[in-house]
Amino acid sequence: MTDRSNLLRTLVALLSLPTLAVAQGYANLGSEAEGFAVPSPNGTLSFPADHAAHPDYRIEWWYLTSNLRTNSGEDLGIQWTLFRSALAPDNTEGWQNPQVWMGHAAVTTKDDHLFAERIARGGIGQAGARTAPFSAWIDDWEMSSTDATLDRLRLKARADAFSYDLQLNAHGPLVLHGEQGYSVKSADGQASFYYAQPAYSVTGTVTLPDGPVEVTGDAWLDREWSSQPLAPDQDGWDWFSLRFDDDTKLMGFVLRGARGDFTSGTWISAEGEAEPLAPGQFAAVPQQWSDVGGRDIPTAWRVSLPARDLSVTVEALNTQAWMGTTFSYWEGPVRVTGSHDGTGYLEMTGYGD
Amino acid sequence: MIVTLHSFLRHWQRAPLRLLLLLAGLALATALWSAVQAINTEARASYARAVDELGARDLPVLTAPEGTIPLDHYVRLRRAGWQVSPVLEGQWQSGSEAVTVLGVDPLSYPGAPEMSRAAEDNDLDLLALLRPPGVLFAHPETLPDLDGSYHLLPMEQLPPGVVLTDISLAERLLDDVGRLSRIVILPDQPASLPPLDQIVPELQQNAASDSAMADPERLTRSFHLNLTAFGLLSFCVGLFIVQGSVTLSVEQRRGSIRTLRCLGVSAATLMQALFLELILLALLAGAVGLVIGYGLAALLLPDVSATLRGLYGAPVEGSLTLRLSWVLSGLAMAVLGTCIASLQAFIALRRMTRNLSDAAVMRSAGRTYAMCGAASVLLIATGWAALNLVQGLLGGFMFLAGLMLGAALLLPLVFYGLSSGLLRLTRAPLLRWMVADSRLQLPGLSLSLMALLLAVATNIGVGTMVSSFRLTFVGWIDQRLAAEIYVQVETPKQAERVLNWADRNGARALPQFRSDSRTATAPLRIYGVVDDPLYRENWPMVRGDGQSWHRVYEQGQVLINEQLAHREALRIGDEVALTPTWTARIAGIYSDYGNPDGQATVALATLQDRASQIAVTQIGLVSPPGVSLGALARSLRRDLNLPARAVVEKNTVRSASIGIFDRTFVVTGALNILTLAVAGFAMLTSFLSQWNRRLPQLAPVWAMGVTRRQLAQFELLRSLSFAVLTFLLALPLGLFLAWVLLNIINLEAFGWRLPMFLFPSDWGRLFLLTGVAAALAALVPVVRLLRLSPATLLGVFAGDR
Repeated sequence: MTDRSNLLRTLVALLSLPTLAVAQGYANLGSEAEGFAVPSPNGTLSFPADHAAHPDYRIEWWYLTSNLRTNSGEDLGIQWTLFRSALAPDNTEGWQNPQVWMGHAAVTTKDDHLFAERIARGGIGQAGARTAPFSAWIDDWEMSSTDATLDRLRLKARADAFSYDLQLNAHGPLVLHGEQGYSVKSADGQASFYYAQPAYSVTGTVTLPDGPVEVTGDAWLDREWSSQPLAPDQDGWDWFSLRFDDDTKLMGFVLRGARGDFTSGTWISAEGEAEPLAPGQFAAVPQQWSDVGGRDIPTAWRVSLPARDLSVTVEALNTQAWMGTTFSYWEGPVRVTGSHDGTGYLEMTGYGD
Repeated sequence: MIVTLHSFLRHWQRAPLRLLLLLAGLALATALWSAVQAINTEARASYARAVDELGARDLPVLTAPEGTIPLDHYVRLRRAGWQVSPVLEGQWQSGSEAVTVLGVDPLSYPGAPEMSRAAEDNDLDLLALLRPPGVLFAHPETLPDLDGSYHLLPMEQLPPGVVLTDISLAERLLDDVGRLSRIVILPDQPASLPPLDQIVPELQQNAASDSAMADPERLTRSFHLNLTAFGLLSFCVGLFIVQGSVTLSVEQRRGSIRTLRCLGVSAATLMQALFLELILLALLAGAVGLVIGYGLAALLLPDVSATLRGLYGAPVEGSLTLRLSWVLSGLAMAVLGTCIASLQAFIALRRMTRNLSDAAVMRSAGRTYAMCGAASVLLIATGWAALNLVQGLLGGFMFLAGLMLGAALLLPLVFYGLSSGLLRLTRAPLLRWMVADSRLQLPGLSLSLMALLLAVATNIGVGTMVSSFRLTFVGWIDQRLAAEIYVQVETPKQAERVLNWADRNGARALPQFRSDSRTATAPLRIYGVVDDPLYRENWPMVRGDGQSWHRVYEQGQVLINEQLAHREALRIGDEVALTPTWTARIAGIYSDYGNPDGQATVALATLQDRASQIAVTQIGLVSPPGVSLGALARSLRRDLNLPARAVVEKNTVRSASIGIFDRTFVVTGALNILTLAVAGFAMLTSFLSQWNRRLPQLAPVWAMGVTRRQLAQFELLRSLSFAVLTFLLALPLGLFLAWVLLNIINLEAFGWRLPMFLFPSDWGRLFLLTGVAAALAALVPVVRLLRLSPATLLGVFAGDR
């Protein structure tokens, strides 16, 4: 992306939750006036329908991160994300369709961070997400299944410097975050629908500039959609998905706000049972900052969950995992050490353009 | 130094008319040159804007032979990983104006940043680009024509008449949903993509220059070179005026220069003072010239832009922008030109400071002529060498420059010889005096006569070229428009309907099937035609015989256009590669004016047999006996529900084509007249500047009994004789120039050679014009002579030493 237009920036800014919130003014009022649906605590998720797109909500994503290891024992991470952003709550056929889709793909090794971006209009088939069989795609990047479930996925992306083609097999149930998938994002009650499949085992091929390598590892898929997830004062978040050696998992996030941070998360047992964390239970404190292209970014964290006697250090595999896409952020694989050992992914937004 | 300069400048106070002439000459020269430059710059800037606007011009595009591409082809390409961007283009009737709508996807279109910037500059939310009611971007000139129910935003970069908008709105405006005009292939592509012809075998990849968006700069290069050459010529003619005035001004200051020398001013200081004076004058005149040039360009530009738009489809705005670079280069030209034109004045000043006598200067005239002759031969020889050594158009123009300047330098020599011969032949005293007197004036007059020679020769040359071209073009278009009605079709299905209709109604159909290909260097369009006597009888051949069409229909041979033959050095009987797998023998070469690219024509059966992708875009119809063209066209439109513009009668095409042609040369005509005017002005300057010197020569003749009236008549006669002689010399030079233009310049510029026709009536008109110019130039001296008081003439003797 050498020639990024302002239009793209504006469109993509819609995906940035704080901007969206600001644009909407206060909470539900703005969004309802524009006709978008708003998550409600009474709503229940239904599958496989909810694997597909929700065009009447403003934003949505299919977010897959994977910690992999090559045959020769090198760690690497891959990211595959499909964002949907609606300019209006409808889904007409053709160019009139107001849905805009954006794909991000990345491969992160210890020394390298390669990323690419795709942007497409909805309504013509260039990008979308459907069930039966499940598929979420933009151009030739695709996350697809042979059936309506998310149990067995094929994941493909291709850019000029890298590509990957992976097989994902789930060995656990879907996990609903928050209250049955209703995930609160601020003290004011902004919320999203949020579920995940955190337990994929992965095999496949990642092609790097030096050539293809066979890889195996784990992956985590997040599904989230909303129309108004953040409070106006919130300007970024730090989001952790951690997978421990005993097969337990932790999803936790810190939403940084002027009125104080809002933290939440989910503890996931080895069997896949989810236990939502009350605000404040999860804590993450920066330990070490790195210079990433002139920005100061925390790339080592102290993460603690006292209720589970958890106190770990989370360190970036590659501190320079900056996604210099139209809407830029830090996203990369991490190593976990301390009371629990493991791997995972870290996403941080709001640290600069 | 200051004192010297001051005393130099004081000279002009006493000679305001001469100062005016000097300034006017330089200003005119600068004006013509900078007008042409302004026009060229404006045109180029418009092309650059057009390139920007399309953003995608240099990128390859995919098109369909049928004209439109189903949207799912685009999606198919995207789903295969190809990074491509869709474009939907069409004509939209907005109120009374038809504009070209370019619908693009701002999310992938290479020119999208311009759209965002324009929206932001106008405080419009960027998302409005994608949402109803939608945003239309257009040049400020075009905005008033557009429907106000959309957001209308000015975008200077767009050529007038083009509206850029989101593809969703374009679909609604053009009422054309689910189809694309072309697909732009973006520069950055992922690795190891499947080949295009596997994904969309129906589409063909074109270099962008093949499409409707052909690079106008390439097409119009020769047009601009022509204009530049004209501008330079005008500038040269203008410099002759400057040269005469400056040299004279130095000679007239002989007295004050001597005085200054006596007062101890060094020769170097004198030279510096002259230099400073000239720079000051050049800057002043240059500034005036720029103002005039700007006005002139503004006056001519609408014609030029109409020409470029009509002839090449190149978008040029009708308005000028003032550019700093243009101002600076105009002033620089004026200063540089003045310095060159003043070389002789500097030499004269040097001589003067060395106290050389008048007589010595006069005696050296003979040597000067010899040098002129040598320089002339050298220039023509250099031009000839350039023609043979320098490739292409530039060589042709260098030859022309050498030829024209060389011929001009030869002029004084010829006059000197003529007058010397005449002197030997005649015994009548008054006539002898007149001839001898004229010969004496020659050094002072020769430069303006050279200017006149150049102007007249250019007029004849360019005029002959344009008229010959027009005659050939009109004849050619009459032959080429063999059918009577032309129907534009967009899809094969539509073509079939037209053909069936023609069959039912007894009209002969001449469908034009075509396939686009490339030679090694350039695009090539191959036409397939049915066997119809109209082709055999009418098709305008440059080379070929009665058997050419027979060989095309029966033996699968090919006819090629003259451009292709010239570019690839092909002759009848040669083999030409039409596609990588198809080579055919050439049966004939036909003329094809107004088309920059190569073209080949084969029998329809051959084309269907050999070419993979064939489209039909035009069907010619010949009406059955007894049916009028109008009636046929009307029933065709009605029966097949075709829009009016899709069915065009032969005469409409013919007059539109000729109209375009004529507009092309409006500017040439205007520049022709202006050059002649400058030359006439040069003569006036010369006559006036000789005035003071003439008095001592006229006074004795007057004293011997020749009346002032007779002297005035002689003066007029002399001026006219010079003009007539110059014209007579200019005529062959002009014709030769025309020959060079038709056979060398045209061939290099366009790839076609044109027959030369002679237009004596044009020469007659020009002859009269030259005479009028000469008479006007002589008018001031003549009137002065008539009004001259005897006392002044007597005074000459009193003052004589």
